[in-house]
Amino acid sequence: MSDIKEPLFSANNLKLITTPLGASNPITIQVLGICSALAVTAKLEPAIVMGISVTMVTVFSNLILSLLRNTIPSRIRIIVQLVIVAALVIIVDQVLKAFAYEVSKQLSVFVGLIITNCIIMGRIEAFALGNKPWPSVLDGIGNGAGYGMILIIVAFFRELFGSGTLTLPALGAIRVIPEKFYAMGYVNNGFIILPPMALIVVGIIIWVQRSRNTNLIES
Amino acid sequence: MELFNIFIKSIFIDNMVFAYFLGMCSFLAVSKTVKTSFGLGIAVVFVLAITVPVDFLLTKYVLNEGALTWLGADYATVDLSFLSFIMYIAVIASMVQLVEMIVEKFAPALYSQLGIFLPLIAVNCAILGGSLFMQERAYESLAEATVFGIGSGIGWMLAIVGIAAIREKLRYSNVPAPLRGLGITFIVTGLMGIAFMSFMGIQL
Repeated sequence: MSDIKEPLFSANNLKLITTPLGASNPITIQVLGICSALAVTAKLEPAIVMGISVTMVTVFSNLILSLLRNTIPSRIRIIVQLVIVAALVIIVDQVLKAFAYEVSKQLSVFVGLIITNCIIMGRIEAFALGNKPWPSVLDGIGNGAGYGMILIIVAFFRELFGSGTLTLPALGAIRVIPEKFYAMGYVNNGFIILPPMALIVVGIIIWVQRSRNTNLIES
Repeated sequence: MELFNIFIKSIFIDNMVFAYFLGMCSFLAVSKTVKTSFGLGIAVVFVLAITVPVDFLLTKYVLNEGALTWLGADYATVDLSFLSFIMYIAVIASMVQLVEMIVEKFAPALYSQLGIFLPLIAVNCAILGGSLFMQERAYESLAEATVFGIGSGIGWMLAIVGIAAIREKLRYSNVPAPLRGLGITFIVTGLMGIAFMSFMGIQL
């Protein structure tokens, strides 16, 4: 009964949040959830909103399925998971439409695609179905944040070099590169806004991460 | 001509992988050999060609605002479009199951080739993405939706077979150690995407 007395934020539990940020990052290491990740990173704001939405869905789907884990027959578990995740995504979609209509237009179909985002199904299968609710919630927070972190890094560089601005929620577009630079002949790199460059930016992030942590190199 | 235009557009210009990054999970996981990726590609074309038209009918006659008018005038103002995600995913999961059973019964040879990939496809974002784009772009007829489904599937297959062929050759090249595996695949996919962008602006 030792784990009942375990404090809510014990070292083991904190590890569930911190490892997905680095050594087991969902995008760069586990290769989950790339599907809906890259198309929303041309600007910072949709990337932040997407990161938060995915985190909400991972947290609640992990929580609900972890609570139900002993009652779901394993033969039909995929369909149960899909229904629960789809219901959560509908809630997120309706909330976005109500409170952040502009961003929800920019995200277009990618909100719906959170349903088939491999992070959600992957974490349910790999973690929530075998663990207690509280660790599952932490695992959801960690993986959602790890995913959001990569989105924000990619979007930061793409927007900075592509448009010279940074768009933050509630603040709007902030011009980071001063007008003087443009007067001196600086030109935005329009190429980096195009979809294929998102892949190359992620490739470079993977390169940097693996050269700093050589344990992660694939043979 | 409109149909042919949609077909070419969905293969080359709005390519599922290079323009929208859909189905990337299986794209990266299964693209190690040309043979298996071809099998998965065929399965995706197959499932998209069935689910997109079915979801089109569902959207047109059940989910859209005013779509239920055929039930009687009382239903003319019902708008169920917020249910579209859950309906689409249910259709996809059941269609995949159905296709699996039909193929097993009538084409055992094809089944043994596709077998392992079919269940995987239910959670492939390219399939759900196909239905969602169909809804967003509001195609007008069943024929347009079907052609769009088949075209997107072929585009996805083209991409995965292409990357698999490159990865087979890549095994013999000297890639920097931290880039090996995932990293270089991302970069090569990006370069392929840039190549595919040259199709942009083609208007038939």
